[in-house]
Amino acid sequence: MRFRFTQTAIDTTQARRELLDLGAGGYVSFEGWVRDHNEGQEVTRLEYEAFQELAVKEGERIVAEALRRFPVKHALCIHRVGALGLSDMAVWVGVSSAHRGEAFDACRFIIDEVKHRVPIWKKEHYRSGDSGWVNCERCAATPHHTHAHA
Amino acid sequence: MQLKIQYYALMREQAGRSEESLETSAATPADLYDELIRRYGFTLTREQLKVAVNSEFSDWSRRLTAGDAVVFIPPVAGG
Repeated sequence: MRFRFTQTAIDTTQARRELLDLGAGGYVSFEGWVRDHNEGQEVTRLEYEAFQELAVKEGERIVAEALRRFPVKHALCIHRVGALGLSDMAVWVGVSSAHRGEAFDACRFIIDEVKHRVPIWKKEHYRSGDSGWVNCERCAATPHHTHAHA
Repeated sequence: MQLKIQYYALMREQAGRSEESLETSAATPADLYDELIRRYGFTLTREQLKVAVNSEFSDWSRRLTAGDAVVFIPPVAGG
């Protein structure tokens, strides 16, 4: 599987090993971390959930597209689900290739497409006591927030 | 006919459940969402969603058949 989910910390040492290739001159990886702020709010923790059956299919399609578009050796993406704290790793992308340029390009392509296409949702919890589903609340036709702000 | 619906994220919270079997006369996912918006008061409009039938992305105008599993997909936020 070139796209998968984990409920526990992403093992980057193991993941990197899956990209090894005698023809590879290097590898590029991207780690997405939980940040302490978003759009003016102080974030204290996150929850990720996914529609895993479809998410794995779409994630696999993205990695397959990257392997067709860029002359790289191997690519892999692992996304965490469940409860995450600040600085925890939410997502890891790794690409090995003969030369660095295409590895950077493929890695960028994969993380950008994953963020746009894979059915994964992120709920942020704020220091104010409020919480919200990213990209779902502020754009909703009617505000969802009915609970009192702390 | 009977359909299986699964809810995720904001829609799971607003529906108060993660899945259900539903007896409906909705012919398409679009009809089904109109019915569910009346039932649960979902705040996301259909234009903000995608829909999956049997774990694959689908058109809103697809003809639903008995036993189909339908998932409405709110705006995603992976990474």
